Amino acid sequence: MYSHGSESLIKQAREIREPELQKFYSRLLKLLPGKEPGHETVDSLQRLHLILSATKYTRSLPPELQRRLQSLLSSQVEQLQVLCSAVLRETLPPPGQDENHSQDVSGPQNSHAASLLLSQAGSRADLSSLCAQLLRGLESRPSEGLAHSFTHSLPVLNTVLSHGPQSLTEDHITLLSKKLVDWLRYASTMQGGGASTGGFFTGPRSRQPGPIAELDGTVSGDFFTVLCVGQGFTEDQWMNVYSFSMLRHWLLTYHSVSNGNTAVDTDDRSEVDGSVVSMVSVTSSSSRLLPPRERLREKAFQYCQRLIEQSDRKAQKRSDTELQKACLVEALCILDTVCVEDASLVYRTFPCVKALYGRLSPDLSYARVLLPIAQFYLNHGEMAAVDCECVWVLLFGRFPAELFNDPFLAHELLRFLRQNLEDLQLRVPKYIRSFPNLLKFLAWDSPAVVEDFVDLLPSLVTAGTAIELLHSLLDLPCLSATLVLQLRSTYLPISESGGHGLPSMEAFRSPSFRGLFLFMLRGESGSGDTIDRLSKLHELLTGAADWPRVIQCAQTVPVLLHVYFNTVVTIADEKLLSHLILVLLERSGLLLNMPKYIKEIHRVFSCHLLRLCKLRPSLVVDQSHELLEFAGTTANVYSKEEMYTHVVWVLGEYLSVSRDSRCSVKLITSCFETLEVVLFEVTSSAPPPGADLPAPRVVTTLMSALAKLASRSHDLIPRVSVFLSKLRTITKGGSVPWCADEDDLVAIVTRGEELWSLLKTPGVAQSVLTPPPHVTTPQGHRDTNVAMLLQLRTLTSLTHWHPH
Amino acid sequence: MHKAGAMRNGHLTNTEVKRHYKQTCRTKSALLDVNKRPFYVFPYIDENMVRCFLIHTICPVNTLGPGESRVLYSRVFGPDDSPQFGRNQERSPEEKRLLQKERLAVVARQVRSAASLSREAWGRVLVEMVPGEEALALQEADGGVLRLRAGDPFSAEVSVLWVAVQSLAFALVCEAHENLLLAEGTLRNLTRHCLEHLHMLGSGSEVLLKSDRIDVLLSRLLPHGQLLFLNHRFAQSLEKDMASYMAK
Repeated sequence: MYSHGSESLIKQAREIREPELQKFYSRLLKLLPGKEPGHETVDSLQRLHLILSATKYTRSLPPELQRRLQSLLSSQVEQLQVLCSAVLRETLPPPGQDENHSQDVSGPQNSHAASLLLSQAGSRADLSSLCAQLLRGLESRPSEGLAHSFTHSLPVLNTVLSHGPQSLTEDHITLLSKKLVDWLRYASTMQGGGASTGGFFTGPRSRQPGPIAELDGTVSGDFFTVLCVGQGFTEDQWMNVYSFSMLRHWLLTYHSVSNGNTAVDTDDRSEVDGSVVSMVSVTSSSSRLLPPRERLREKAFQYCQRLIEQSDRKAQKRSDTELQKACLVEALCILDTVCVEDASLVYRTFPCVKALYGRLSPDLSYARVLLPIAQFYLNHGEMAAVDCECVWVLLFGRFPAELFNDPFLAHELLRFLRQNLEDLQLRVPKYIRSFPNLLKFLAWDSPAVVEDFVDLLPSLVTAGTAIELLHSLLDLPCLSATLVLQLRSTYLPISESGGHGLPSMEAFRSPSFRGLFLFMLRGESGSGDTIDRLSKLHELLTGAADWPRVIQCAQTVPVLLHVYFNTVVTIADEKLLSHLILVLLERSGLLLNMPKYIKEIHRVFSCHLLRLCKLRPSLVVDQSHELLEFAGTTANVYSKEEMYTHVVWVLGEYLSVSRDSRCSVKLITSCFETLEVVLFEVTSSAPPPGADLPAPRVVTTLMSALAKLASRSHDLIPRVSVFLSKLRTITKGGSVPWCADEDDLVAIVTRGEELWSLLKTPGVAQSVLTPPPHVTTPQGHRDTNVAMLLQLRTLTSLTHWHPH
Repeated sequence: MHKAGAMRNGHLTNTEVKRHYKQTCRTKSALLDVNKRPFYVFPYIDENMVRCFLIHTICPVNTLGPGESRVLYSRVFGPDDSPQFGRNQERSPEEKRLLQKERLAVVARQVRSAASLSREAWGRVLVEMVPGEEALALQEADGGVLRLRAGDPFSAEVSVLWVAVQSLAFALVCEAHENLLLAEGTLRNLTRHCLEHLHMLGSGSEVLLKSDRIDVLLSRLLPHGQLLFLNHRFAQSLEKDMASYMAK
């Protein structure tokens, strides 16, 4: 589809030299006056557009050419309008252009000229005058010839409204509101002139073949809407389409136009002077007396009600079935908007919305329509005293469980959650409980929704869910694999199981493992934090570790874990924090076998283990048993280097009376002995077969930790000294089986010597290695006596620098 | 002790996590790096309907870096997204244009990344299609939606809908509250017309040399970025009108 030819065209367009370009301009200038554009003219304009648009830098045209193009915008030939508009959009507006189009009373002649004006509108004044022109055009009764300018007016006005609502005045709002009422509610109910004429809105209105029809083919008995069909359409029917298309935006933003100028407009000429006379005046007489804005609101309400009715009809075309859904979404959003503005409408709207919910909720193909219904329930259910529970059961239950692979539903549902987060947290307990279900969106299509989960995750972390949520995040790749299996198993007939070389699929279908997979697929939290046979599940899913979807999922977990930990520390009490540490230690060895993933998770764990301990040093004493068990397992040195280093550092740093008065000599000694054994083991032999050499960092961290502990219990000092002196002797030979790099070895030995000499003066060693906590706080700088310690500490950390 | 440094480095706030993620996990340009982002983050509320439509490559192009994309057609609706009436008034039109092109490039890169990840996840094998098979190509096309945060690169949050046909993607950048069901239908409709009227399944370069055709399609199906509720009769009427333009 994209050829070398195209690429070289772009290259040529970018690299065209100035003299060549000037020649091209003058040739084009000669071509342009022609009344009927020849092939060469069109071709040249197309090339000019490519030359201008292919570069991100601005090229300027010769003024003469620019003027010529500007004048051709009002050419009778659409192709010239289009090309000139496109070319001029890529250039800068000539100075003084503002006045040009302000003087042009009739406004832009066509849609293409209007789009140029919009794209180059540089100031509010530009937009204001454009608005005024367009509205003048709308006010005057349209003649057939002006039909074109009429249809593009509404989208242009809508654009102006979004970019500079200040450009519209109160009078503009009133006028446009009246016009919209006319087009929405009183468009012709007879079919337009035959579609055979082929023109754009230019079909003669002389012949009217009959009444309009509904999408199912029956004759329409009520006013015209976008869901009505005919052989051809009249102009006001086209305006009906445009009006409805911009209605929601208009209702949402016309408030920003005036600032409280709400003098009631009792002038209701629109009914009399309206450009379009209603064919079916079924309007209630009371609504005639309403001021224009309220009247528009009332008509919008009626229009939406009718759309909801019409969407129940069975459309003959599939594309129209889709349109019905889109109309329902729009109608529900508009109803929500008008109900927010005028609460009295809530009671009139709810029966209809409720009935619609009843009709659509069993059919999941309407899921995306049910989201605005849910929004309506959330916004107005309380006021109308309507029970919303059923809506949440659907939204947090069936939707994620059955539609997790619909990217659009995922996007919209997650957006709904983000936008209503506060309300949901407060009023819908089911939201938080449903996190295992919601995570399915993440597990299925992680790259697309991870941004949403970064925003949502903090709201799901509560004291009650924290531990289960952590397990769920860690097993997200398993959930991803399980969802793949679930989906595949619905496609593959049971008889073919195993035929596809997927052992995980067989496991998925095996009754003996059903419990494991069902836990993964659970919809709500609360049935246990995790499962006993997790390692079995990991084993069954080993084959899934290289599935692209599972890999993509695994890549997002570290990000979310950071968000999780950042949140959990703000809500957790002592007990929960202790529990978290246990989970970290346990889960560091219990992850789906994906080496990169495991490494990343260990990194995140290490980072947050430090933070937790720094936040509450007493945690180290509380959990000393488990931490020591972890640190005493030599195998961890090789398989969990990152975690291991951090656990050892935490023990050395925080097992101190100055951090926690419960820290006894016995505890310090037991920790010392545990670490001593490991250090001895690691430095006395080669690693076990299959394992890498221990990282030099592990060795130095162990040495530092031992020195720190010894400085707090001086009886231990001789034991460290003996070890350190031995280390020096052993390494004199130059090579050891546990360290391959000579520089590393030198660094390790140097560190050992520093610690050794520091320990020779125990008093200094203690104040350097275990400074009182206040030293590290900022006030330390002010006290010269304490600052000394800080300096020493800094020096120590400098000398402890190591190559890794 | 040296860990103190590691801890400072390792400790990320949630905002930093988001930033970090952007820098590492996705292929984004320096433009999206909050620290390096130039100067267009501003408190400006904007609710335009559809911001832009673009067609760009999602296949490797030998003159571009990996992950880069060639924008073949782009159309931005309405005035420039940057604040014209405010403190940044002094920004020159050239700068605005440059920023706009950069923003489109960001969208293209994001869509490219999303489309490749989606194809990878599904394990899709692309089958070459030839002119005449437009309907089938569209039926087989991948599609999706992605969210771009406010200021990243548009002033407000947007949803980008995309359809990936073979080596090209068609994308609509919509305001976050937009009716995405309608937008999705419109994008598919536009894509079908582009494929047909510009013979995009072939190897020609009409998408570059006959871009006025796309302008005309947009002026009917998405006038000034306004999504339209068109039932099949309205759509047919517009199609006739568009076909008569293409026939000239």
